[in-house]
Amino acid sequence: MLFISHAKTQRREGVSPFFAPLRLCVSIFLGFVLLNATAFAEQRFPPPDFESGYHLPPTATPAPRAEYMQYVDGMVLLGALALALWFVYRSRSRRGITALSIFSLAYFGFYRKGCVCAIGSVQNVALALCDSHYVLPLTVLVFFLAPLLVALFAGRAFCAAVCPQGALQDLVLIRPIKVPAWLEAALGIIPHLFLGAGVIFAATGNGFLICRFDPMVPFFRFSGSLLMITLGGAFLVVGMFVGRPYCRFLCPYGALLRLVTVAAKWRVRVTPDTCTQCALCQHSCPFGAMREPTPQKSEPLPSARRRLAGLLLLLPVLMGLCAWGGSKLALASHFAELGGWVFGAWAGLVIGGKLTALSVRHNRTDFEPDSSACFACARCFETCPSERMRRGLIPLEPVHKEE
Amino acid sequence: MMNPPNPQEPVNRRSFLGRAARVAAMTGVGALLGKLAGASAAKGTVWQIDPSKCKRCGKCATACVLEQSAVKCVHAFAICGYCDLCTGYFGPQPNELNTAAENQFCPTAAIQRTYVEDPYYQYHIDEKLCIGCAKCVDGCNRYGNGSLFLQVRHDRCVNCNECSIARVCEGQAFVRVPVDKPYLIKTTPTTS
Repeated sequence: MLFISHAKTQRREGVSPFFAPLRLCVSIFLGFVLLNATAFAEQRFPPPDFESGYHLPPTATPAPRAEYMQYVDGMVLLGALALALWFVYRSRSRRGITALSIFSLAYFGFYRKGCVCAIGSVQNVALALCDSHYVLPLTVLVFFLAPLLVALFAGRAFCAAVCPQGALQDLVLIRPIKVPAWLEAALGIIPHLFLGAGVIFAATGNGFLICRFDPMVPFFRFSGSLLMITLGGAFLVVGMFVGRPYCRFLCPYGALLRLVTVAAKWRVRVTPDTCTQCALCQHSCPFGAMREPTPQKSEPLPSARRRLAGLLLLLPVLMGLCAWGGSKLALASHFAELGGWVFGAWAGLVIGGKLTALSVRHNRTDFEPDSSACFACARCFETCPSERMRRGLIPLEPVHKEE
Repeated sequence: MMNPPNPQEPVNRRSFLGRAARVAAMTGVGALLGKLAGASAAKGTVWQIDPSKCKRCGKCATACVLEQSAVKCVHAFAICGYCDLCTGYFGPQPNELNTAAENQFCPTAAIQRTYVEDPYYQYHIDEKLCIGCAKCVDGCNRYGNGSLFLQVRHDRCVNCNECSIARVCEGQAFVRVPVDKPYLIKTTPTTS
């Protein structure tokens, strides 16, 4: 009130007598407004009739990104996927994969600023399935489905050279060290749990967890919260020595692709014809994805079968226990109890599934990549002596496979 | 089984399981696609602030993922009163009604005050300077017509999946609007 009366005295100074009635009007009006603020809130100062021929300037409304550009994004994704498949399966070129990675990093990373991305699209799909009012953008659907379908037939070509998050980590990798198999297996559970949490959070309308904790996006945007920049920096520093830490130990979409790739029709083959069992490919793989030939004399079949049966029986028990634990945890942290049950059951399934997968027998006569762990980066092609011979990099000599 | 077995390759258990899993996964993806086809649309949406819900809390200035927020103040000239004493431009109890910095409400002096005719002044937002702090919006809405309000500027907004300002918005004012009508420009004065 003090403020307004002061304003009126200010207005009185230096205003010509001609405007006295107007001033009076305004004063009365102002008092009126303050008394009946709700009833007359919309008529405080009527827009003036200008006498000097003044024209109202337009309110600037800069246009958003053109709508057709989303089709460009989709086409670029499909084109990049096709190129990645070509580089992995046809030309078998590490150089091509690197070049495509740099392009993907530039386009999907720095130009599109990490949005729209396949990793986050999982949440949009979950939300669209659970909330009928949410409209799923077509681009997001393409970004969700295309890499998944490619993985179903030909492995993780998306991870190899199309995903900007993966490309950034792949490019900073300078001196890879081996992660022990037990640690790799244990940490490999985290992406599945993150996927479950992300989907449940999105489906229940509690926000997009996966986008919020994406450590690479601060680099794409050159800005971000202190926590995320620190986390991103940590991932990149670790990524100089441990190959693709985010992809292997956190990426929820990678977890989905990993599951789907188990059934892949075409798999990455290191050697073009005969494997000399030199193990060079195993040393060249920075992601620990190369598997050794299985020993001829392994565990007797009956005991292996018993263990597998036991683990399969344990699975529902583990799911039930974890679901119960999850529901208690959800209650304690004020989340929906149902979400806790679902997340717990998922965690039980993941842990039980991991244990089962570890005890499944494999018959390998050659070194070959585990297709769900393989990012199809094509590094091993460069080191395989048979492949180098095929390319004419080393002279052709008969190589005898040790029988 | 979907595909007849290749005569060269004998079908063993592993390949059979693999093929069955692939068929199952394809069926799953197909079902998902069928379910999503209804919920999906080519018409994109973008984030925007509903001015009628905005509480002018000032979080737009700091919560955006961009270093300089994508939210800026916008002036709807059509509902402006062109007041000499603009309560969006001048801070509480200004020494004089002139453009001196100490009189201004805006922390970055982003509002340009120009004389039109007695006693009317035009107020224009310099978007390069505006940080979206909503101080002027609050002043204009409290005592004026509410012609100053916040909007997401789409030349800056990266249209995040989840808007980080929307997450902390006190009035839940962030809405998704169709991309061909990306602004909610005020046409009638609303004040509080």
